[in-house]
Amino acid sequence: MSILVALPVVLPLLAAGLSLILHRHRLAQRILSTVSVSAVLVTAVVLTVLVDHRGPQAARLGDWPATIGVTLVADRFAAMVLSVSAAMVLAVLVYAIGSPMARDTAQHFHPVYLVLTAGVAMSFLTGDLFNLFVGFEVMLTASYVLMTLGADRAQVRAAMSYVVISLVASMLFLTAVALTYAATGTVNMADLASRLTAIDPAVRHALSLLFLVVFGIKAAIFPLFFWLPDSYPTAPTPVTAIFAGLLTKGGVYAIIRTQTLLFPSSGASRLLLTVAAATMLIGVLGAIAQNDVKRILSFHIVSQIGYMIFGLALFSAAGLAATIFYIGHHIVVKTTLFLVAGLIEEREGTAALDRLGGMVRRQPLLAGLFLLSGLSLAGIPPFSGFIAKLTLVQAGVAAGTDVVVAVSLVVSLLTLFSITKIWAGVFWGEPEDAGLQVRPHPSVALPRLMVVPTVALVAISVAIAANAGSLWALSERAAAGLIDTGPYLEAVLR
Amino acid sequence: MIVSLAVLAGVLYACGVYLLLQRTLTRIIIGLVLLGHGANVLLLVAGGRSAAAPFGGAELIGRVSDPLPQALALTAMVITFGVTALLLTLAYRSWQLTANDEVEDDIEDRRLARRAERASEADESPSAADEVLA
Repeated sequence: MSILVALPVVLPLLAAGLSLILHRHRLAQRILSTVSVSAVLVTAVVLTVLVDHRGPQAARLGDWPATIGVTLVADRFAAMVLSVSAAMVLAVLVYAIGSPMARDTAQHFHPVYLVLTAGVAMSFLTGDLFNLFVGFEVMLTASYVLMTLGADRAQVRAAMSYVVISLVASMLFLTAVALTYAATGTVNMADLASRLTAIDPAVRHALSLLFLVVFGIKAAIFPLFFWLPDSYPTAPTPVTAIFAGLLTKGGVYAIIRTQTLLFPSSGASRLLLTVAAATMLIGVLGAIAQNDVKRILSFHIVSQIGYMIFGLALFSAAGLAATIFYIGHHIVVKTTLFLVAGLIEEREGTAALDRLGGMVRRQPLLAGLFLLSGLSLAGIPPFSGFIAKLTLVQAGVAAGTDVVVAVSLVVSLLTLFSITKIWAGVFWGEPEDAGLQVRPHPSVALPRLMVVPTVALVAISVAIAANAGSLWALSERAAAGLIDTGPYLEAVLR
Repeated sequence: MIVSLAVLAGVLYACGVYLLLQRTLTRIIIGLVLLGHGANVLLLVAGGRSAAAPFGGAELIGRVSDPLPQALALTAMVITFGVTALLLTLAYRSWQLTANDEVEDDIEDRRLARRAERASEADESPSAADEVLA
């Protein structure tokens, strides 16, 4: 049983090592990455089913007692997020392999990508604060390298600010871990859950805020999001897509995990509600002001993070379930949109709105893919985004937070507006500035290995909407597991 | 011992933050290194009073210093070391590309700033015309 919990971390790390040895054989590297990432996906899905039936599963590495050694824990929430993430990792990997600019020809793309996968899995599965730090570092260090694979001027400039901001957050994280250890004498999260209730409430509150700031920087919530729209768009598309889908969600996951397990609150948190509303609003306003497809989408990430924090801030079963459902929907849709943006760039040589136009006639498939996922992002029925937002709004109304609900609805409208802006700029009409237009080899069809994963992701997003009933029930059970932490604690400390 | 270590951690944090706020990449990197050292010293302080080296079995608990924060600090050091090496490479690459050690402005930010400047100039010019008329 416990081996299953460790596999998503161990497998990609082993494969990364092998991949380094095989660096002269591109085909072997590609097969190795695809096989190991697929194995992670299968493990994650099996784990989700298993955990759903038998409750949280824990693995004690090296068989040290839980409070001293490193523990990996899978509960419904972790297993669900991991499954969705693994599916994205696989889709983006195929997309990167299929890209004719061959993003994966950079010598060390495959090993680093596998290390990123291991880091993501470790951050989701860890049951230990310090190990969470290590997981984040593994994930982030791999992301620094992926971001600068091209090593051109724009990438180095963007990566520099990204690395420095992330490192400041990491050092704060380390400080928070040290202070937590000083206050309680443990870094095991299950153990902390009981020990933190015994310490001075003022210290407890300070620690809670410190963790909120640390993970807030990583999740890009207001007012800590400024690094994101600057750094994400310059990276190669497959890299941006995986960052957009997974990295900030690692931060959101950590906020939810720490706030529910370590610092549970009985009612809605006014601080988190304010942060959520501000994040939604500022993010979407930023998106409206931009001219580049990837920058618009980057600002949308910020805005969407606000919705997830909103559900958490309610601290109700319905709110948390809505947040979990929202995370699943968002990871899929956001990754898809970036992959579509990458295809646009691939086709037309640019992603700037004023240089594009009329693509709906030339690339009807691309237009359809963008429309489906864009409308889903804005929350138009019957797509998955509608269900996610509906459940969130219902939970918000039930908790009496009418102002934030109103903000979230206005932001939905503004999201729709900026999606239509992309639609009008890219797919309709003619380029504003015909002189700047670039159109490389218009007769060549889009590379199939890039289109297939994009279509698959859109299909997943439609499947989420079609199976919303059972997925919502699973989200509700996962949320119940976050509120009643008994089974989680028992699985770790037994 | 603990007081002096706590003061040391404080000084390291202060110097680290000061250097971090500079515009030169090398200083920013040194600032991050100092911050990392500060955090590691803090981890050691978190382990409580220093005592004999923690070798032996469980019967020694209470008489030796706490080994867990030491293990944590060791891991954190390795991570900081690796990331610092990467940062130095990036800074070197940045210097190769721009022949400059300063943090560059974001291109989009500069574009927006220029647009704002132009807008304010446009606002000023009609008022200047009004003055001439008056």
